Formats: sequence, structure tokens, C-alpha cells
Amino acid sequence: MERAGTRIGLWSWAILIFLFLWIPIAIMGVYAFNSSNIQSWPIPGFTTKWFSEAWNDQEVRDALWLSLRAGLFATGLALVLGSLASFGLARARFFGRDSISFLFILPIALPGIITGLALNSFFVIWGVSFSLWTIVIGHATFCVVVVYNNVIARLRRTSGSFFEASADLGATGFQTFRHVTLPIIGTAFVAGALLAFALSWDEIVVTYFTAGAQNTLPLLIFGFIRQGTNLPIVNAIALVVIVVSLIPVALAQRLTSDPGAGRG
Amino acid sequence: MSTDAARVKEGSPHRGALRSLSRFSWRQPGLKTLGQISLPVAAFVFVYVAALVALLIQGFWTTDSFTGKVIHSWNLDNFREIANAPYPTIILRTLLIASAVTITCMLLAFPYAYFLVRVAGRRLRIALLVATVLPLWVSYLVRVYSWRLILNPDGALNYFLNHLGLPNQNIAYTNWAMWLVFTYIWFPFMVLPVYAALERVPYSLMEASADLGGHGFTTLRRVILPLAIPGLAAGSIFTFSLTLGDYIAPSLVGGPGSSLIGTVVFENLGLANNAPFAAAFAMVPLGIMAVYLALMKRLGAFENL
Repeated sequence: MERAGTRIGLWSWAILIFLFLWIPIAIMGVYAFNSSNIQSWPIPGFTTKWFSEAWNDQEVRDALWLSLRAGLFATGLALVLGSLASFGLARARFFGRDSISFLFILPIALPGIITGLALNSFFVIWGVSFSLWTIVIGHATFCVVVVYNNVIARLRRTSGSFFEASADLGATGFQTFRHVTLPIIGTAFVAGALLAFALSWDEIVVTYFTAGAQNTLPLLIFGFIRQGTNLPIVNAIALVVIVVSLIPVALAQRLTSDPGAGRG
Repeated sequence: MSTDAARVKEGSPHRGALRSLSRFSWRQPGLKTLGQISLPVAAFVFVYVAALVALLIQGFWTTDSFTGKVIHSWNLDNFREIANAPYPTIILRTLLIASAVTITCMLLAFPYAYFLVRVAGRRLRIALLVATVLPLWVSYLVRVYSWRLILNPDGALNYFLNHLGLPNQNIAYTNWAMWLVFTYIWFPFMVLPVYAALERVPYSLMEASADLGGHGFTTLRRVILPLAIPGLAAGSIFTFSLTLGDYIAPSLVGGPGSSLIGTVVFENLGLANNAPFAAAFAMVPLGIMAVYLALMKRLGAFENL
């Protein structure tokens, strides 16, 4: 056991780290209600008018709509590719298996700017004009790995005897999938989808290179911040972006940790 | 029951086809695997890998400085240009900041992860782990922007410093600000692998060290730290790689002398409209990461990712 002095030191360290992590986010939350359009601390008063102002801004609405569509389509694509990949690789042992799993991890192992610029070059060379679909492809590259990781982790924790028992009892592969596999991986699947959406929703590094002249919500506020315009609206949107990305992640956390928590 | 059994026995022709397909896939697991992975692998090879190849090819092309059009003639001009000022300085600055950020993250994360593993109770540990990971999911742009507000001359930092009787800090729009912000943003990436590595250190090893006369510090240095190195190395892959490719933080909290590798790529694609040079320059972080990954692999980082 650590000595009392060490324990006190470690406790204080942990508290400081916690504050370091969360104070900036809390401050961001406070600025969203800033009644002045000058961004100084402390804020002179509270108002909620920037939320309605942001909501009524056509540019903001278009960006919000684009972000939502890109997130949903990228998540859908990631679910198909990510779960197929995890089914294929969970139990298989073959030459090149590691290279294939490395291939799926590559988009998050490489700096986002490389993924972004590479896709940009790819689209330009093939003459693909930038659209919702180029954003979706860009997002799907790193969303696949989230679904893949979640589903494959669940499949690996599941004993193969479940599937064998199902086959012994006369189930076809599809019945096994429907009645055994799906209930087992269901929550991992949903958690992967939620995390993929959260990733896509506020991604900016890759999006910048695959969006062309379109604005997703993060690109729009990046532009506003750089120009120093509409900062009160930026603050309000920032809080909304924080909340919208935390909800799916909190849900995903519940879905993946609850059943496993008791079993360690 | 009997009707079910009968239904299975008779089986519609469609059902029979399904059954034989599933029987076939059970007997031929290799083909089943192939069927499952071919679509995602094809998608990644034909889009993602092809895009990386396109990036490489683009680096050998040039932009006509007059028309701004990309000329498809092969040459090494872009790569030669990297050796000219100011690019070596920018690469050096990026490497220095990435190293400083990595080391700071290690120093902050090790005691924190140690606290989580050895001091915190089960519920607090889970709560703090969630509290550490959640910020990763809060928009990265928003978190960088929050520091821009905090570090502003009339922002929250100076307000609190003045209340404590300390003088103003003017680190907004400097390399110090970038160091602080990168440390803040990538910190969770360091905590997780270090936590995972420390969690695996058996308690009996520390007892054995104490029994053999090792003091707390000796145990830390000679037992715990060596076992935590793979975790630290794994975390450093993220902190290092992410700093190498970033252009958001330099553009929001950095100043005029804060261009990083990412900034050069970003500006050449956007403002300067020189995509081939951006592509060539993107090979710099790619090359650095290849070397870095090889080094970290030797430290056992890949078992801790």
C-alpha cells in the first residue's frame, strides 16, 4: 500500500487532471449564454438569444442538415463494412489477416490530414466533384474502424460453442445469425453506430479536404472563428455540438459497459 | 412442435437452397470468411489505398504558377522544394512541439493512471475513466476554440491569475499556447494505454520488490516503470502522430511564427492552390511516422494499443 503522503499527492493530481480536462468545456458552456458579443471573462450577463439566432440563420441550418445527413450515411456505410469485416476476421486465421486488420485501422493511425489530402487527390484525379457523398466516403474511412472494433471485441469475448450448439440443434447459418449472433452483438452494433455518428458529427480535419465549397457545422464554425465573425453564434453552436456528441457516446458507454461490468 | 418439424423436413425449395448454402459455408469456413471480408477489403483497397497512391503520384506533379492548373509531368521539384526555407524550420518546430507534447502527456498521465489503478475504488475508477475519455468525443474544434477564449488577454486565465495576485500571461497565439492546447487535446490518448499497462502489473510483483527491500521509489523505477513503457510508447504514437498532422490548433491558437507541417499542407491546398506540393509535403509526416512506428514497435507499443 502506498504511504499516506503518496496517496494525498496522487489524489490531488487526479483532481487537478479532472479540472484540467473539464474546466475548458465548462467555460465553453458558459460563453454560449454570454449576453455581450465581446468574448471576455467574466461574461457580463446571461441570455439564450444566440441559440434562437443560430437556429434562424439559414447558413447554420444548411450546415446542420449537411452534418446530420453525412453522419447518418457514413454511419450506415460503416455499419455494413465494419460488421462484415469483423465477422470475417473474428475467428479466421489465415495468412495476411493482420495486414487486413491493419488496413482498417490505418485511417485512425495516420494523421487525419493525410487521409483527407489523399482522398482529395483521389477525387480530383478521377474528376469526382465534391458533394455529400465525398464527405460520406471521407467519414466512413474512420467510422468503419469504430464499428469494427466494437463488434470484433464482442465476438471475441463470445465462446464459439454458442454457434456450434446452434448448428448442432439444426439451425441454418441464417437462423444462427438471427437467433444467436444478433442478440449477442446487438448492443455492440448499436454502440459502434452511435460512436461512428459522434465521430462523423464533429469531424473537421478530413471533412475540410472532402467537402469542397460545402459547409458542415464544424467547417462553418471553423470559418466563423477564423474570420472572427458571428462569434456569439459560434459559442451557442459549440455548446449544441458538445451536447449532441456526448449523448450518443453516453448511450454507447451504457450499452457496452453494463453487461461486461459484472463479468469483469 | 410436429408442424415445425414437418416444415423443416419438407422445406420449400427456397429454404432448401438457404440450408445448403449455410451448410456449404459451415464446411468451407475459408470461403465464408472470403465472402464476408471481400466487400470491406475491396472498398478500402479501391478507395483508401488507391487514395494514398493518388497522393503519392500527385506529389510528383507540378502546378503551373500562371494558370494554377496541375501539370501531369513527372519530376522531383516538390520534394526538392521541401529542403528550402522555411520548410526545414517548420518541420523542426513540429517535431519539437510533438516531442514536448508527448513528454508532457506522459508526465501528466503516469501518476493519473497510477492513481486510477492503485488508489481509486472501483466506482471512482470507472467514473474517472469515462470522464477522461468523454472529452475525446467533444468536438475537437470546440475544445481548441475554448482555449482560444481562455487564453485571450481578457479571458478566463488572466482573470483567475489576477485574482490570485499574479501578473497577466500573454501566451495566446504563441508556440506555448500550441503546446498547452495539444497536451490538453491528446492527453486522453495517453492515459488509456498507460492505464491498461499498469492494470496488468500484478500486485505480487510490487510485494516481491518490497520484500526484497525495494523502497517505494525503487519499486517504481525498477518494477513498475519498465512494465509501463509499452503503454507509454503506445500512447506516444497518438500524441506524436496527431500533432504532426494537425492544422486546426496552429490556425486557432498559434501565432504568425507557429506554422506546423499541417499548416503548410492546409495552406497549399487551400490558399496557395498548390495541391502537388501539399501532397509532396504530406509525405514528410508519413515518413516520420513510419520511422516512429518502427521505433515504438520495438518498445512493445503494439501490444498495448
